[in-house]
Amino acid sequence: MEHIITPKVEYVKLLNRYPEKKSVLGTLYLTATHLIYVEQTNNTRKETWVLHHHIMSVEKLPLTASGCPLLIRCKTFQLLHLLFQRERDCQDVYQSLLRLFQPVKEEELYAFLYNPHQNEEDRRQGWEFINVANDFSRMGLSNDYWEISHLNKNYEICSTYPSILGLPKNVSVATVTGSAKFRSRGRLPVLSYFHKDTKAAICRCSQPLSGLTSRCVEDEQMLQAISQANSNCPFIYVVDTRPKLNAMANRAAGKGYENEDNYSNIRFQFQGIENIHVMRNSLQKLLEVCSMKSPSMSDYLTGLENSGWLRHIKSVMDAGVFLAKAVCEERASVLVHCSDGWDRTAQVCSLSCILLDPYYRTIKGLMVLIEKEWISFGHKFSHRCGHLDTDPKEVSPVFTQFLECVWQLSEQFPCVFEFNERYLIEIHNQVYACQYGNFIGNCQKERLEMRLHEKTFSLWPHLLKNQHLYRNPLYRRSLECTVLRPSTLPLHFKFWCGMYNYYDRGMHPKQSVLDQLLSLTQKQVEGERTMTELQRVRGVVGVVDFVRVERYLTDMTLSPSHPFTAAGCCRWKRASQTLRFQITLLELNPPSSKSRGIHFLPNGISITLS
Amino acid sequence: MEFAELIKTPRVDGVVLHRPFMPTVEGTLCLTGHHLILSSRQDNTEELWLLHANIDSTEKRFVGSLGTIIVKCKDLRVIQLDIPGMEECLNIASSIEALSTLDSVSLMYPFFYRPLFEVIEDGWQSFAPEESFRDLESMTDEWRLSEVNKDFSVCPSYPSLLTVPKDIDDESLCKAASFRHGGRFPVLSYYHKKNGMVMMRAAQPLTGTNGRRCKEDEKLINATLCAGKRGYIIDTRTIAVAQQAKARGGGFEQEANYPQWRRIHKAIERSNVLQDSLIKLVEACNDQSHSMDRWLSKLEASNWQSNVKEILTTACLAAQCIDREGASVLVHGTEGTDSTLQVTSLAQIILDPACRTIRGFEALIEREWLQAGHPFHQRCAQSAYSNGKPRSEAPVFLLFLDCVWQILRQFPCSFQFNENLLIMLFEHAYTSQFGTFLGNCVAERGKLQLSQKTVSLWSWVNRPQELERFLNPLYEPNNLVIWPSVAPQSLLLWEGVFLRWNRSTKCLDEAYQEMVHIIEYNKELQNKVNSLRRQLAQLETEDKMVADLK
Repeated sequence: MEHIITPKVEYVKLLNRYPEKKSVLGTLYLTATHLIYVEQTNNTRKETWVLHHHIMSVEKLPLTASGCPLLIRCKTFQLLHLLFQRERDCQDVYQSLLRLFQPVKEEELYAFLYNPHQNEEDRRQGWEFINVANDFSRMGLSNDYWEISHLNKNYEICSTYPSILGLPKNVSVATVTGSAKFRSRGRLPVLSYFHKDTKAAICRCSQPLSGLTSRCVEDEQMLQAISQANSNCPFIYVVDTRPKLNAMANRAAGKGYENEDNYSNIRFQFQGIENIHVMRNSLQKLLEVCSMKSPSMSDYLTGLENSGWLRHIKSVMDAGVFLAKAVCEERASVLVHCSDGWDRTAQVCSLSCILLDPYYRTIKGLMVLIEKEWISFGHKFSHRCGHLDTDPKEVSPVFTQFLECVWQLSEQFPCVFEFNERYLIEIHNQVYACQYGNFIGNCQKERLEMRLHEKTFSLWPHLLKNQHLYRNPLYRRSLECTVLRPSTLPLHFKFWCGMYNYYDRGMHPKQSVLDQLLSLTQKQVEGERTMTELQRVRGVVGVVDFVRVERYLTDMTLSPSHPFTAAGCCRWKRASQTLRFQITLLELNPPSSKSRGIHFLPNGISITLS
Repeated sequence: MEFAELIKTPRVDGVVLHRPFMPTVEGTLCLTGHHLILSSRQDNTEELWLLHANIDSTEKRFVGSLGTIIVKCKDLRVIQLDIPGMEECLNIASSIEALSTLDSVSLMYPFFYRPLFEVIEDGWQSFAPEESFRDLESMTDEWRLSEVNKDFSVCPSYPSLLTVPKDIDDESLCKAASFRHGGRFPVLSYYHKKNGMVMMRAAQPLTGTNGRRCKEDEKLINATLCAGKRGYIIDTRTIAVAQQAKARGGGFEQEANYPQWRRIHKAIERSNVLQDSLIKLVEACNDQSHSMDRWLSKLEASNWQSNVKEILTTACLAAQCIDREGASVLVHGTEGTDSTLQVTSLAQIILDPACRTIRGFEALIEREWLQAGHPFHQRCAQSAYSNGKPRSEAPVFLLFLDCVWQILRQFPCSFQFNENLLIMLFEHAYTSQFGTFLGNCVAERGKLQLSQKTVSLWSWVNRPQELERFLNPLYEPNNLVIWPSVAPQSLLLWEGVFLRWNRSTKCLDEAYQEMVHIIEYNKELQNKVNSLRRQLAQLETEDKMVADLK
């Protein structure tokens, strides 16, 4: 709170992008966690809440005749253009925000304050809800080829890897440690995904420290072991996701890529995905295009092209498709790396998992995949998202690109994902929000040291609780067993307006097919329930259609805990009291039994209580 | 002339047909007077029936004695035929060439086509101008139906009946017609029931370089304004283009002579430019070797999306003047048969919920395109693959359909019809077994005796069996004005037309089916629930009666 110089400023204008629409005056509030703008006109009150962590930059623009403008850009691609009447206020808000949106210490992050009113048990269960080890069992580990290893339980072999690793069966400790020493930051080749049907595996690592001439017997043995774990194919692919030029430059620094001559039976392949700096700049250019004021079509398309954004998305997709094809068509195992193996490698491995395995296309499956390929394998969320005031050169939209690839797939395959676009956008917002602990820290070891599981809550149960919002009504489980083979022709990639122009609601379709279908499926659930009950009632009533109730059974009392009342059988309000009791009685005492105090006369005229 | 003279080889065996995303078919190729047919003569395999008139251009190649003909169609599909034997291939190619470029309209397929269905409602009679005038009469008495053009002498491209202000006599109309390009004097296009404002359309005034004026024209358009009200003249051309038109005798309304009107210039491209845009777009869509950058830059260079944006923007402007500003509008470009009609028809879709029903949309096309004299025959003679010298071809109507698709995409529940109807109209505007889109204007259609000699497209579309395919399952009548967004991000490439043959639609079709299924199932469920409720309610009353009797 000490950072808030002024908690409230009145007569602030929120400018919108469309000059023809009038902006009104409102009040700006700063709280410990949010910036809140309140617009009060006659009877309507409109509130805009922006989480401080969502702010990417705050910029004071030159003074104008109408006031002092402040431009706030958000990581969620929201753009707030505020206009203050007094320079002083603008300066105060500016100063406060600078400090608020870039916390210096982890403990200042929202997740450490946030309390969703859960008890410790709920918290614990929440964190255990997604378990990567379970996913290994789902793939069929341990088996004859792969096993779960605890060699890294103290993060000694690789500090940025998870504590449990999938390794080829019977690979020696010497091989593991030797290979780790030959890989950048110790990120040795380990299992990412095992494809049961073909026995092919996707493995991931970082670049080898090969330089121009170095080699390492253990690393060669390691790759040999991966190859031998798949008897269906005599070779493995080694995919370097970087452009060849970048990989070659790394050789001079003692790193580089595998020399095909040193490894037996590998097929080496570059993929040409650019590095984090290129991606960061590309997104920035894209956002400039998105925020242009009334651009012409030509400005927009040229801007889109010049940003290179869709080219990069395509390069990630191409690499993912390459992996999936290798696994399902050639039955070949693949080893993937980039430089450190935590950005491009995570993108490509997780994308190919989605292409190969329908499980990852479900709401829970995507959580597992993100937990597995991103969080536990040490994608540096804190750095890449710029949670804290750290090196801006570390920030990069690598994870955003992954989400976009999933979205592009969902556009080509509208029926194969259990979730809709909003799920991806919500995950994206939550990654930056730091409201839950999942995306804080850069690797498992760091998270453990921060004691996130004790101090913060997990996002996943929260998402699951709201899963009705994220369902894809068109999802068809029957289609789930197929491997996706998307087209990667440039013309099949679209600009994701729903993400990058999310806050420009005017640009979106004015009627949403998704909402329409979601409400229909909701109605369907209710309709089916009503129908089953009505049918049951009719069935019961049908039996006693000829039965006329002789007298009201009002004196009959059912305790509130009686199973029948508890079941709430009589949801339809219009059914008469009589009918309800009839059914109650018949439920408790089928017409055949006359013993339980209900008496049916042969002509079916009366029922009496004993 | 006998078609047989043009068919050198009527039949070739062992021809292989290649189509993207479909299995190849081997079979017998037959040429008839109007069709190219390929049949494998096996059950359950699809036959290809292609109208010669659908062929935009052909290319032939030879490898040894195996010839290949690449057939590029007006509906943008590209197919490949492998024909064994060089002579056969050459014969087939030259026959196709000749049959697909017949000059005489009366040799077109619609004159030979006999429907295999019973015509219940004759589409030629479905949209009589008298009928829409009756609707107008029920709302206002300020307009009359004039027969001044009954022999098409005042304006050859107008229909015989025209809606004009009540107080303007036929003599004034003739004078006003002589002041407008092609005699297209201002006539009523749309009456906005909500506030009584109107939209009129015309061709450019013939002011020329010395600023000619015409009192009758001024009086005619002023007659549509209430006292003290102002109106807007929307000139679809830029001011520069409009200025240039003066040198050729055309021009624009001088504000001094039309003091109650404000003129606004927009920048919808001329039709020859649009044709070039279509050719470039289709070329970009068909080249699969592009990198992302190349694709985006070619998409941009084609200017197609810019054209869509410009047309929609102008239509929104016209609609805005009428609905928001409460002002009447006069729309024209140069000839008043292209951009003018795009604007007036799209503005009506925005403003008038009736135009968003199937019937209303058909009426709109009949009124604002066919009867208004859009020269379909000239504009749709060739499509994106024509390699000949362009004459007056232009995708003016296709752009209109694209704009409708954009609005439909933004308001997916406000239209009674779906994308299929738009795609179907695109196909039939270029080639059809029906006579609806033949000819350039009402007068020409009369001369060709289309209503006697050919079947109307509407006779076919409006059959319940066909309509089903065009119904939008999400439709819920929406009586509001629908304002589309014209931001570039909101306007997408119309994949249903431009990528139609370059993608597999299996997954998208499945999604559509699933959506239909959800909606149908829901309706069924609600019906069942309601009927069960009724049954129970009845039982309940019987119960009560029994109880009451006690």
